[in-house]
Amino acid sequence: MTIVSLGTSPKNSSARGAARARMLRGLLPALSLVLVLIAIAWLNPRAISYFGFSLMLNLAIPIALATIAQMFVIAGNELDLSIGTFVGFVGCVTATWLKDAPLIGVLILLGSIGVYALLGALIHLRNLPSIVVTLGMSFVWQGLAILVLPKPGGKAPDWLLSLMAFKPPFIPFPIIAALLIAAVVHFGLMRTSYGVILRGSGGNAAALERAGWSLLRTRIVLFALAGLFGVLSGMALIGITTSADANIGNGYTLLAIAGVILGGGEFVGGRVSPIGAVLGALTLALAASPLLTFMHIPPDWQVAANGAILIIVLAARVLISRRER
Amino acid sequence: MKRMLVLGAFAAMLASGTALADTSGKKIAFSNNYAGNSWRQAMLDSYGIVTKKAVEDKVVAAADVFTTADKEVPTQAAQVQNLILQGYDAIVINAASPDALNGAIKQACDAGIVVVSFDGIVTEPCAYRVVVDFKDMGKQEVEQMAKFQPKGGNLLEIRGLAGTSIDDAIHAGILEGVAAHPEFKIVGSVTGDWDQTTAQKAVATILPSLPDIVGIVDQGGDGYGAAQAFAAAGKPRPTIIMGNRQDELKWWKEQKDKDGYQTWSASIAPGVSSLAFWVAQQVLDGRTDIPHDLLVPYLAFTQDDFEAALPKIKEGGVATHEYTQEDAIAAIKANIK
Repeated sequence: MTIVSLGTSPKNSSARGAARARMLRGLLPALSLVLVLIAIAWLNPRAISYFGFSLMLNLAIPIALATIAQMFVIAGNELDLSIGTFVGFVGCVTATWLKDAPLIGVLILLGSIGVYALLGALIHLRNLPSIVVTLGMSFVWQGLAILVLPKPGGKAPDWLLSLMAFKPPFIPFPIIAALLIAAVVHFGLMRTSYGVILRGSGGNAAALERAGWSLLRTRIVLFALAGLFGVLSGMALIGITTSADANIGNGYTLLAIAGVILGGGEFVGGRVSPIGAVLGALTLALAASPLLTFMHIPPDWQVAANGAILIIVLAARVLISRRER
Repeated sequence: MKRMLVLGAFAAMLASGTALADTSGKKIAFSNNYAGNSWRQAMLDSYGIVTKKAVEDKVVAAADVFTTADKEVPTQAAQVQNLILQGYDAIVINAASPDALNGAIKQACDAGIVVVSFDGIVTEPCAYRVVVDFKDMGKQEVEQMAKFQPKGGNLLEIRGLAGTSIDDAIHAGILEGVAAHPEFKIVGSVTGDWDQTTAQKAVATILPSLPDIVGIVDQGGDGYGAAQAFAAAGKPRPTIIMGNRQDELKWWKEQKDKDGYQTWSASIAPGVSSLAFWVAQQVLDGRTDIPHDLLVPYLAFTQDDFEAALPKIKEGGVATHEYTQEDAIAAIKANIK
């Protein structure tokens, strides 16, 4: 990715240093993923197999999709605190309406993407802090989820079940899915001209507006994309778990933010990386669960250890980006 | 995948071939989704005491405990999948959701692993369920209330964690009880999350808008908080059904010593985790006659026997009962009809 640096061009040597740091930053998500994989291979060699990867990574797909959703919002300098409960809401709709009345189900899901787009417009037009709006929305989604599915249950549509249980030869499905997600989003956001505009709305909104682009439109598009990937995440999740629960996605909000940051994104400035975000999500999914289970930590310490792993992984990322400055 | 299946089938064959096969080489994992309240702590304690002894006595090779950091379904589903990869022979589970873990549970069963769920049970047919009749507990609360408040009146209901099966079952039981006792009317309902502080706040908030309350039906872990809210508001103390927590029983004793206050207390014993462990051990032992749904009684205390139990409960803990292998065999027998 190229980042247009405003201001005076630095001297040659420091520019080279910055380029190296930038490359390091680009490699970091991949590096941390490899490290976690090595640790897992060392702790439990049996996990490094077709069967092992299918099991360990399949729940990383919905996390990766939710991370991409969060990444679109962060690209526009906003933060979405409702993505977790939104995924839960989508899950509940998927396990009920989408199975029993597919047409209504599809309409509800499309409508919820529309709500996301409207939120983007609202945040832009009224100049509201996105954290407040989305925090409020998180309770709305949660409430709607409980309304749709008052007690855990429902069942995923059969086509979704068979899609998520798909067993391609040689390469486990979760890996193919992750590659696909990363490639599609990378192309859309990093290689198309409107992708540049979208990132620019977070990078330098004033310049973009002076150049005649509608910031309202970019914000609506970013939020609608977040909604779209939120829907995909919820559907993928239900395809794996087979049945829904109103509280199923709550943990995704923080995981998604951590995934974006771990993947080399920044909270401000439109600096995000789709490939990094997917790698970040996979790393988090692996570090938080399989690694922890395989380490045999006493139960009293497991919760704390989970947090510690998160901090260590994110701290490595912060150290490198500091060198870049 | 295929290798795992073959291994699993082989293990199953071994297990079913001879009754009372040796389980000393078997490893049992405990997947727990939450450890953040007194009940769960007591549950882990009971499990630890019983399994430590079982490992020392070489009844099983290992009984490891795994707790997820959050209460989330996906985290626990991932954990179950990791336990499959670890090669455990059985998984005892307190599940975050009765249905949403079924995908992972089925994968475990397919790999030849025995799954025993309790408290937060799973509906996947291949798993075993150690079930407490929560619905009956809710109904019994109203029955008991009718004894203490024969004239009837207004009730306040305190619900548990929204969207969970336990909350749903107790609530359904309470509604059934009220339907059978038309002299009672539920005039208000708050969410207490099985937590004294949350319950106290919720009750304090709704209290000014309520008519006179004669009784509170709740789900355990919320009775003491409700009592505090009533005391703080200066309202007359209603009959509050308790949930076997130490602070609740202590408060009950104080009130009883003062003016003969009467109530009833019931909850699922956290030690049911040890019962689930023994059920898993029995299945690994080669028993094929164990029903997949085992109903066990909840632990209740009445006016006459709660004071004897109180000193045995840890400060801030919950009344419990650790099950032995004999208890488990007896409980299984009671469920075979």
